[in-house]
Amino acid sequence: MPLTDEQRALRETVADFATEHLEPHAVHWDQTKHFPVDVLRTAAQLGLGGVCVREDVGGSDLTRTDAVLIFEALATGCPSIAGYVSIHNMVARMIDQYGTDQQRHRHLPALCRMDTLGSYCLTEPDAGSDAAALTTRARRDGEHWVLDGVKQFISGAGTSGVYVVLARTGGPGAAGISAFLLEPDTPGLSFGPNEVKMGWNAQPTRQVILDGARVPADALLGGEGGGFRIAMSALDGGRLNIAACSLGGAEAALTKAVRHLTERSAFGGRLADAQALQFRLADMRTELEAARTLLWRAADALDHGEPDATPLCAMAKRFCTDAGFDIANQALQLHGGYGYLTEYGMEKLVRDLRVHQILEGTNEIMRVIVSRWMLREAA
Amino acid sequence: METMNIVVLIKQVPDTWSERKLTDTDHTLDRDAADAVIDEINERAVEEALLLKEAHGGKVTVVSMGPDRATDAIRKALSMGADEAVHISDAALHGSDTIQTAKVLASAIRTIEGVDLVVAGNEATDGRAGAIPAMLAELLGLPQLTHARRVEVEGTEVRVERETEDGITHLAAELPAVVSVGEKINEPRYPSFKGIMAAKKKPVTTLGLGDLGIDPSEVGLAAAFTSVVESAPKPPRGAGERVEDQGDGGVRIVEYLAAQKLV
Ligand SMILES: Cc1cc2nc3c(=O)[nH]c(=O)nc-3n(C[C@H](O)[C@H](O)[C@H](O)COP(=O)(O)OP(=O)(O)OC[C@H]3O[C@@H](n4cnc5c(N)ncnc54)[C@H](O)[C@@H]3O)c2cc1C
Repeated sequence: MPLTDEQRALRETVADFATEHLEPHAVHWDQTKHFPVDVLRTAAQLGLGGVCVREDVGGSDLTRTDAVLIFEALATGCPSIAGYVSIHNMVARMIDQYGTDQQRHRHLPALCRMDTLGSYCLTEPDAGSDAAALTTRARRDGEHWVLDGVKQFISGAGTSGVYVVLARTGGPGAAGISAFLLEPDTPGLSFGPNEVKMGWNAQPTRQVILDGARVPADALLGGEGGGFRIAMSALDGGRLNIAACSLGGAEAALTKAVRHLTERSAFGGRLADAQALQFRLADMRTELEAARTLLWRAADALDHGEPDATPLCAMAKRFCTDAGFDIANQALQLHGGYGYLTEYGMEKLVRDLRVHQILEGTNEIMRVIVSRWMLREAA
Repeated sequence: METMNIVVLIKQVPDTWSERKLTDTDHTLDRDAADAVIDEINERAVEEALLLKEAHGGKVTVVSMGPDRATDAIRKALSMGADEAVHISDAALHGSDTIQTAKVLASAIRTIEGVDLVVAGNEATDGRAGAIPAMLAELLGLPQLTHARRVEVEGTEVRVERETEDGITHLAAELPAVVSVGEKINEPRYPSFKGIMAAKKKPVTTLGLGDLGIDPSEVGLAAAFTSVVESAPKPPRGAGERVEDQGDGGVRIVEYLAAQKLV
């Protein structure tokens, strides 16, 4: 799959941005748990706030294939920031795709500028992988909806200005779920403390608490009962972008490993002269290229609305996030003790990439999606 | 000034981060040996032109002389927001010196109607002659305001804060004029995704020497006023002397400097 001149320019521009604005600060942000909202606004000037959002509301209107190139390049500077930008884009794209004209114009210009940030609120304390079992309720009260429940692990919560919340408006199962757009001044909406976590520290993760949260009737996104379908279709693109973030992190780790092996000597020679380590590098590069090839294939399938796009996105998510973590972890090993020191930036990459195997659907759930599709096709 | 018709000169140069070398045969720059990028100072020139366009309205045309692959530098300028481009490309130009280059650029600029302002970088990071903007002003019969760290246009006047080793000078001239900008003038913008996608659709005129009415024998290495006879790489930097501080570090540094007759 050859890239166009434009695609190469997109990738180079974002890589330059990541090198200048993310990479030099990434370890510090991780250590101080700083969410660099100002840097996100600068990123939005490139068009990162609405990569696949239509142009009339300030989006960049690019393809999924463009997006994976962009997110991979962004993650070379900091997977945690790139991961958050991916979630923000998922929210923006959902509103663009399923929102009314009024909802689009109300939210998207500010989301595209990243003056307003977005959060995606699906997971609950007792419903993660089995998201269709969620218990947050929304009941109609005249011209309003009133929401009660708790959302768990919500990226950007407390900072975001738009929350897409999935809640039950009907009976049990997926068909009883609807999506709502909440703004921070909603009465009855509050947030838990910032979770203390292994990685992804440059962005907050909080509970979103809905205690009789009252929103006007037009806060409903898409049709009543259509929420779960919207939430799942948004995850196709979200998974591609998270997969891309893993590859960007792995690329950064591999670059560091190659440099370290050429610079460091032991047993009377450069480490890079040891064939066992050379072969390790070759395998890491091969894994990375194989993962990237699958990712591009999946992005292309989603761009063209191919019938197997959803399982391909799941395959790419599973394969790229596993490969990304393994490559970063091996790169840490190749750094010896220095890999374990925060200063060298390696251990942070490993911690950041670990969660990509868990969120946007765990890698076990990716296998559920793929195998279910295989068996259905065979039946 | 109603709206401004601005020309920006850009040059594709070897990336300063990559190793640069000269060809063995004619001591010209080996343009294949290193990654080629738009010169950083030119990005600032483009940025300044775009700021002026945003303030006053008008059009920005980039003009570049260089081999075919200079199109990458041109596309970068267009993706930043320039409107059009003129690319002067002709095999006979290989090895041209600064005077010849200035003549060719002046002819190309004359093909653009109603130019109000020509913006260039002070000097390119490869040749570092730093003479083109002044030569160009002379050839076009325009005032030159070089080494600008600040540019302002009001009415039909351009005002510049000029910064050199001698200090800061305030210059003003009637438009049209030639301005060259220094490193401190601005922070160039990143091209936006929209700008990148739009760049390919913007008009790029390619001109050969024939289009400019220039005889190939007037330009190029053979006709250059200057020629490079010999070149050698810079010797590698020595390891230097290490002073281990054992309480007497300060004294020993002074002794070292005194021995070098520096203090
Ligand atoms: C840092 C971070 C940020 C997050 N951000 C967001 C966010 O912004 N929005 C949001 O909605 N959610 C977010 N999440 C939540 C994330 O999507 C969930 O954690 C994830 O979907 C898993 O759900 P769970 O934690 O409840 O695990 P569980 O569903 O309880 O799973 C536990 C284990 O069982 C496995 N398992 C479960 N079911 C099956 C099965 N059928 N077959 C095989 N194995 C199975 C899982 O793979 C997992 O290994 C975030 C999580 C983290 C850690």
